[in-house]
Amino acid sequence: MAEPATLGTVAAVDAIKERTGGVGYLEGPRGGRPRRVLTAHNVVLYGTLLVIAAYFLLPLWVMLVTSFKTMDEIRQGNIFAPPTEFTIFPWIKAWAQACTGINCDGLSRGFWNSVYILVPSVVVSIAVASVSGYTLANWRFKGSEAIFTILILGAFIPYQVMIYPIAILLGKVGLFGSLWGLVVVHTIFGMPLNVLLFRNYFSSVPEELFKAARVDGAGFWGIFFRIMLPMSLPIFVVSMIIQITGIWNDFLFGVIYTSNERYPMTVQLNNIVNSVQGTKEYNVNMAATLLTGLVPLAVYFASGKLFVRGIAAGAVKG
Amino acid sequence: MKLTHSLLGATALCAMTATAAHAVDLEVTHWWTSGGEANAVSKLADAWNATGNKWIDGAIAGGGDTARPIMISRILGGDPMDAFQFNHGRQAEELIQAGLLLDLTDVAEANHWKDIVQPSSLLDACTYEGKIYCAPINIHSWQWMWLNNKVYEDLGLPVPTNWNEFVDTADEVAAAGKIPLAMGGQPWQQAGAFNVLATAIAGQDAYLAVNRDKDESVAGGPEFAKVFEAAAQARELSQGSNVQDWNQATNMVITGDAAAQIMGDWAQGEFALAGKTAGTDYTCLPGLGLNAILDAGGDAFYFPAQDDPETTAAQKELAALLLQPETQVAFNAAKGSLPIRGDVDMGTVNDCTKKGLELLASGNVMPAGTTLLSPDTNQQVNDLLTEFWASDMAPADAQARYAEIIASAD
Amino acid sequence: MAVTHPAEVAAPDAARVRRPSRLLRNIPAKIASIPMVLIALVIFVGCTAWTVFYSFTKSGMLPRLQFVGLDQYDRLWSTPKWWTSIENLAIYGVLSMILTMALGFFLATLLDRKVRGEDVFRTIFLYPFALSFIVTGLAWQWILNPEFGIQAVVRSLGWEGFSFDPLHSRELVIYGILIAGIWQGTGLVMCIMLAGLRGIDEDIWKAARVDGIPTWKTYTHVVIPMMRPVFVTTLVLVASGVIKLYDLVKAQTDGGPGGASEVPAKYVMDSMFGAQNLGQGFAASTMMLLSVVIILIPWAYLEFGGKKRG
Repeated sequence: MAEPATLGTVAAVDAIKERTGGVGYLEGPRGGRPRRVLTAHNVVLYGTLLVIAAYFLLPLWVMLVTSFKTMDEIRQGNIFAPPTEFTIFPWIKAWAQACTGINCDGLSRGFWNSVYILVPSVVVSIAVASVSGYTLANWRFKGSEAIFTILILGAFIPYQVMIYPIAILLGKVGLFGSLWGLVVVHTIFGMPLNVLLFRNYFSSVPEELFKAARVDGAGFWGIFFRIMLPMSLPIFVVSMIIQITGIWNDFLFGVIYTSNERYPMTVQLNNIVNSVQGTKEYNVNMAATLLTGLVPLAVYFASGKLFVRGIAAGAVKG
Repeated sequence: MKLTHSLLGATALCAMTATAAHAVDLEVTHWWTSGGEANAVSKLADAWNATGNKWIDGAIAGGGDTARPIMISRILGGDPMDAFQFNHGRQAEELIQAGLLLDLTDVAEANHWKDIVQPSSLLDACTYEGKIYCAPINIHSWQWMWLNNKVYEDLGLPVPTNWNEFVDTADEVAAAGKIPLAMGGQPWQQAGAFNVLATAIAGQDAYLAVNRDKDESVAGGPEFAKVFEAAAQARELSQGSNVQDWNQATNMVITGDAAAQIMGDWAQGEFALAGKTAGTDYTCLPGLGLNAILDAGGDAFYFPAQDDPETTAAQKELAALLLQPETQVAFNAAKGSLPIRGDVDMGTVNDCTKKGLELLASGNVMPAGTTLLSPDTNQQVNDLLTEFWASDMAPADAQARYAEIIASAD
Repeated sequence: MAVTHPAEVAAPDAARVRRPSRLLRNIPAKIASIPMVLIALVIFVGCTAWTVFYSFTKSGMLPRLQFVGLDQYDRLWSTPKWWTSIENLAIYGVLSMILTMALGFFLATLLDRKVRGEDVFRTIFLYPFALSFIVTGLAWQWILNPEFGIQAVVRSLGWEGFSFDPLHSRELVIYGILIAGIWQGTGLVMCIMLAGLRGIDEDIWKAARVDGIPTWKTYTHVVIPMMRPVFVTTLVLVASGVIKLYDLVKAQTDGGPGGASEVPAKYVMDSMFGAQNLGQGFAASTMMLLSVVIILIPWAYLEFGGKKRG
């Protein structure tokens, strides 16, 4: 379907790349510039930043140190102090031994299930959202703005309200309980935010470029694959991060729209955290929590800069 | 031997189905995830696996409110689990009406459930328009108070034998830095304790007038005024127990941080797991020592209707298995609940279970609140009582709102 | 790469369904938008209509067509718990919008001052966004726990009388949740604001400096007005999160103590699944939707209604 792009288009793409994603767009701060290094101004600036950074790091610190403490040490007191008696037992227990009902094999059970759910859900939801955003930005049709408004309103509907009607619908089309049913659900609830991002991003592509490609004979898919995709890495990264985070952290849909053998990791996390055997084992809870959060955290840390750049391009242009 | 008769019935049914069926995996959803509970479930799973079939455990922690949407949406979506746990009572009525649950009448007849299930109200709660839809598995009763003996011994006090003595000595307990009454922060615990106080203080008749007959004049009357006064007292005595889960509160009693807890007999599973002995380490007071009567609530398994005849046969086989004497003994001993049949020998039971069995045998039993009130009304009562418990709401105001809820109950 | 892969999946998926169209122009575009249109109309409009419809019935555990008029709404507005929920959402909503926006903007301006280690700071501020509300709620429940957390630590340092126990106080509990909510949500706001600041032309700053306008005045008089669309997008994101506030409350307080931190989405859940009263839950969610629509429709009209492409 895709037409070969002409030389002219490619050059134009490069020009856009420089304008939107290239050097200097984000990396170069534009604010008024401090002149000297150790001024009162700088002390206040960095002091403020450090204090706020402490507030943001506090929970992560507490979770980390708690997860390496014994329960005895936790009971004795200071949750902010590093462990005196370092133990990795809570991590082992959370990963391999904590009980969910009668199955005592910890979070490990759900990890691969989560991966199995994550991959197709992320791929399909981003595919649908990007093509939809592209249509809304570049190929408007009668009523497309109304559809867009509905999608935005959809972002405000509490998920819980949709559980039963969607269960009934999925049952009717025979997708209930299958992996693809869950993929559809994740695609649906990923639509509002991701379509908004993609639409805004693709809208920022200059009209001339789009027209030039049409003159060259490129069609809907041709422009999408040859022009839009090559220059939209940042927004795909943003979308991927949002979807990976959301889908990985999802408990409600994973537990409702699949069955037992495919329960995601969050179900085990819920069971570990919510079922108390004797006293609450805070150290195991924290280790389990961190283990569950590891995948989205890793993805996020690995792609930090692209994320910000994508957010810039996707969210800012209204 | 009294077991023989029912054993024969059960084996006959097993033999009948086992010839036709190969190993079938049954997915069972429940919310039993605390230590004692999980231990009890494993007894059921072992029994089922021993038949050559496989128990797929679908535990969901967080209680009924987390598990229920999962169960119901899976049934609505047409991909139900093979069995699920519910409390006895009115919760499953609508699923039965919609024809979504398996009719177990033939299993019940083949195994003579009508003759063996005691008290019969348990089977009544499973019966809808003459057909039986669930397999009752245990009896739980709420009307218990658990006390740590050592707390009182250390203070040189006799262990209280009823609620009034408990209240009288509470000051001394508090002065020693202990919390007199442990109470979890979840609404159902606070409402449950209130209902226990109601049966103990206002008596069975007043309790039933309110909960069964929905008589708002009794709910707003002098007997219940006394109950609300007592609840306000209990509220004072529970100050400082900042825990959420019921077994965290039980654990405060086990460790001696708190002197007592009002909680159902499932708390005993936690005492057992902690290696405590009834009578020496802890004391239990059915009916708070005032009015020894138990409500017969409990758990039951329901079986969603399935298309596959092999699965249906296996579901029926599981239903029969759940009521068999061996299963009953193993499960209930682990869970701290009472068996649903009077003809099994629980073996050497501890003091507290013995008290419970005696009350059951002597017929000091009344229907449980959950079987009397709709879940909707229960929720309203829970909301009111949790607000009462956590605030300084005057007893009279709470009673007025309580009477209103009872008046509008369906 | 991942960039091209998803689109290849979507193409055959979307192309499978065919619909007759009178306009022969741009057929691939129309086909490609079928999934979006279906999701918008069938799910978001259809399921919402279904919900509103059933809010006029006496549905219990299962949907049931037994109409009771406005009974569910009467009951809703006479329930103290619903009023508490709305009150809490109002406090949480207003404060979290103001505070995340203000803090997010403030952080963005700090980072925009050519700060050393900008990447590190940005990462620190944004990482909570990768964690779920359940995790956020548990972590803060732990930090605010009076026996182990901040209160205990400050007391052990010598201030015996220090009291900071928001999660067990009926008056303060919603602020305890707010602390956690702001922690989770500010990073994203900061990121968007930072992007917006970087989008402002350097010449504007130069001009301001030449004219001798103080930096703070440049922000309030020039930069903020220019960033209006950024603020609007951010506000929509934050607001949509506020309305759906549920997981955080569930994990951190479960509505306690004594129902003092109930929120509307939790009221919906409790009614639907705890009380097995779908009708009541649907009535509550209809009220939530109604308020969203009243606030959003004029905004959506202004933002998207008359605007051209780009």
